[in-house]
Amino acid sequence: MGEVDVDPIITLIPGIDSGQRHLGFAWGPGDLLTYETQYKSQGAGSVGQACPFVHVVRKDEDIYSPILRKLFNESHYIFVGLQRIKEEVPSKNKKPQFISISKNYRSVIRACMEELQQAAVSTHDTTLATQYGNQVSILLAVELIWNLCEVLFIEAAPAGALLRHLLDWVRLHKADVDEKAQEVLQSESPVQHQAYWDVVVCYVLQGRMEEAAQMLMKQASQQPAARAAYKLMDTLLTKMPVYSPGGTQTQTEFDVRWRQWHQECNRCLEDGSFASYSQLELICRILVGDEDTLLAQRERLSTWYHFLVTRLLYCHPIVKPTELHYYAQASMDMFLDARSGPEPLDSILLAAFEFDIHQVIKDCSIALNNWWFVAHLTDLLDHCKLLQSHNLHFGSNLREFLLLEYASGLFTHHSLWQLAVDYFDHCPEFGRVYLELQIERVPLDTEHKAVKVLRICEQRQMAEQVRSICKIMAKKALRNSRLGSALSWSIRAKDAAFATLISERFLQEYCSHGTFSDLDLIDNLGSAMLLSDRLTFLGKYREFHKLYGEKRFAEGARLLLSLMTAKIAPRNFWMTLLTDALPLLEQKQVIFSAEQTYELMRCLEELTADKAAQDADRPLQVGRLSAGRTGRMWETWRAGRWDLNGPSCSRILQEDDIEATKVELLRLALARNLALAIVKEGTIEV
Amino acid sequence: MFVARSIAADHKDLIHDVSYDFHGRRMATCSSDQSVKVWDKTESGEWHCTASWKTHSGSVWRVTWAHPEFGQVLASCSFDRTAAVWEEIVGESNDKQRGQSHWIKRTTLVDSRTSVTDVKFAPKHMGLMLTTCSADGVVRIYEAPDVMNLSQWSLQHEISCKLSCSCISWNPSSSRAHPPMIAVGSDDSSVTYTGKVQIYEYSENTRKEISSSTGPTKFEVQIVAQFDNHNSQVWRVSWNITSTLLASSGDDGCVRLWKANYMDNWKCTGILKGDGSPGNGSSGQPGALGTAGGTLAAASQNSLNGTSVGR
Repeated sequence: MGEVDVDPIITLIPGIDSGQRHLGFAWGPGDLLTYETQYKSQGAGSVGQACPFVHVVRKDEDIYSPILRKLFNESHYIFVGLQRIKEEVPSKNKKPQFISISKNYRSVIRACMEELQQAAVSTHDTTLATQYGNQVSILLAVELIWNLCEVLFIEAAPAGALLRHLLDWVRLHKADVDEKAQEVLQSESPVQHQAYWDVVVCYVLQGRMEEAAQMLMKQASQQPAARAAYKLMDTLLTKMPVYSPGGTQTQTEFDVRWRQWHQECNRCLEDGSFASYSQLELICRILVGDEDTLLAQRERLSTWYHFLVTRLLYCHPIVKPTELHYYAQASMDMFLDARSGPEPLDSILLAAFEFDIHQVIKDCSIALNNWWFVAHLTDLLDHCKLLQSHNLHFGSNLREFLLLEYASGLFTHHSLWQLAVDYFDHCPEFGRVYLELQIERVPLDTEHKAVKVLRICEQRQMAEQVRSICKIMAKKALRNSRLGSALSWSIRAKDAAFATLISERFLQEYCSHGTFSDLDLIDNLGSAMLLSDRLTFLGKYREFHKLYGEKRFAEGARLLLSLMTAKIAPRNFWMTLLTDALPLLEQKQVIFSAEQTYELMRCLEELTADKAAQDADRPLQVGRLSAGRTGRMWETWRAGRWDLNGPSCSRILQEDDIEATKVELLRLALARNLALAIVKEGTIEV
Repeated sequence: MFVARSIAADHKDLIHDVSYDFHGRRMATCSSDQSVKVWDKTESGEWHCTASWKTHSGSVWRVTWAHPEFGQVLASCSFDRTAAVWEEIVGESNDKQRGQSHWIKRTTLVDSRTSVTDVKFAPKHMGLMLTTCSADGVVRIYEAPDVMNLSQWSLQHEISCKLSCSCISWNPSSSRAHPPMIAVGSDDSSVTYTGKVQIYEYSENTRKEISSSTGPTKFEVQIVAQFDNHNSQVWRVSWNITSTLLASSGDDGCVRLWKANYMDNWKCTGILKGDGSPGNGSSGQPGALGTAGGTLAAASQNSLNGTSVGR
């Protein structure tokens, strides 16, 4: 059998002269960018004006059609259901299930076709209408092939039952008869209708004897003179033996009865019972399976496979599956015009009749643009254990290859990519690798989408992808100065270095503005705090503020001190902490114990010693301010009228002055506190 | 295939490179007009130019994006013998409203004495590393030890390829099974016995790159398929993101696409070529559902009204 081969399709890029310039390209997700360029490496490369356009080239992808999207969604649902069917049950017991699944797929295709058809009819846009029309035609072909595959491969009916199924198949795909019949019956005078005989003959061609007989009765009642002939025809039609599988008769019995009936039909022809009634004669000829008569009905049959099935019905009703291909080839040769070769569809159907599943799949892959059909069909056939796995070069099998192709195509779509994940999950060999590669590329437009992607990665223990996505989101948040978001993403990424950086930023913000942003986040860090030292400090520092706000001064004081003594606080922050201690030192009750006060003083000295060492040439201007000025500032501060760490403070004083003032105030407060503490601790309550 | 969209790039001279960012939402173009332009894709699929600035004092040959883990970072290389690293700065709110962003230069790499022909970032698992290759055959590998400070780059390795280099490509695999590898291509017109493609591997022991060029080598090289359809010089080849499709561009002015079927038979599955008209082309209409599919449709002789719903 000849292979269906298609030449590579040429796509023209407008505005570029291939004779003069090169075509540059760059791959993107799901498309290709092309532009005019010149690859010559010598020289400076300037050529003056060139084609100014960059063209985005894409494959004709059905995934962009809103109607077909339903097809993808619903078939995904069926696919996942199929994968879950338990392995332990032997294949033959699962046959009814597989047939039902196959029918489900087909009904989804049909539903989609209906919608497309309606859209084609109702749209005013002619290009769109043509597009829809094309899609409908393709789906029709797809469903035709699928149905045949279901009958031959999955149902795998034996001789006798096989023909029944083939008849059903033809009837389903040649349903214009019913429409015509409706038209005829609803007309004033059905027998006068020009399509009347069309309908009758088509019924006969499709083996619909009862309906043909009923139609004929109308004619019979109109022509009393011909009653005998019509009665005879009625008998022939209704008495045709029909094989019912599982019935009481054996094949041999049926064969005998059928031959008898066949002979009777022949007799009617020979003794001219229908000689005066050309139409009835025609029908009788069909009943005996006369080849020439059947061929003459080319227009009503319209396809070679209809011709094939009709022929089988009236010549070989107990055709065996293994004999099919012989009749199929012969029918095709007889029916089709010898000059033109078979169309791809014909070759595919023929391959099916030859039970060459691989050829069917291969030809469909080549002839169709979209992997949807071959992927799902092959998957189903594989579940029916009908495919011997061709071991491929890289060890995967046909089913997986097709599913990977299909799913990869889905991944470029902004919402269908989620369906693709399930397909990859059920490709044991390469599914995971493909998923890892492609899920990283899903654009993280919103936090919501990022979380969706993350969940998928986390469920599959894709640790590296999780880390990478979180890092990307953290970085993005940081760029947009959304510190809280950045911090939570870093925590999720378990990125200690980045968490440290962001904590620093938070602290810097506090230093310049006196407040924290994103309090909720910092308050609820929990154990995540331990990710980095700086983060721990941030959390604890905020805790201190909370304690202070709740007036739990003693606890707050202890915490504040521990931040310095346990070296959790970075050195550059100690001044701020000490300054935060001031209000505690100035409370009416003594909060810091003597011991604690000594600790604080020690910290202060450590700090000033450091600073003195740093500013060797700029001695600390300790005594620069007059006692009076210091005193007044002290009172102002105590009255709560400014915040030592706040911006207004810096307007009033120079930086060095601020430092000096702070140190002075601290020393004063510490000394006072120490005095009070010693007294308190030394007092015995009576 | 069809042309889905045409973007008026508006460069004043020939475009030499176009590059998508990692997620396919942004694009950078560079040209002989010495500038780089950055484009952003909107929800509806339209492209807007959000930045355009002069980057070098010669034709800009290549532009490439760093992995988004490092932020919004670009690198460019030029005929002016330098390569540069650029970072996007989040602008003022009125800039954002106008849809403009700013890119500032973080560093200029001036080690090359000839035109720098390609610049590529290494795979992200290696940290923030950049490689350049020059017309005088030197490949340089730089690293930014602090990924938060893009102004500090140190030259880690210098490889003399002995042939004029035109392109480099990193092995993207992050598998620990093998060390990092980089392939260098040459357009040197001289006859060589060592072949025009060299592959370098990083050796932990000697802590430098060792060459294993195509010649007697530890790698087993197998030709899987060979085609001469271009019938002329082939200038560029590149795999798509899933490495299932290969594209090649040649002197015949065409881009050909190559794919293997499930039996591992390679064939050409598509050709892109200019339609011969000069200058101002614009986007065509999206085509119908595949010409090949159309063949199938035509053969399906059922009328549009001939479907029945049952079953």
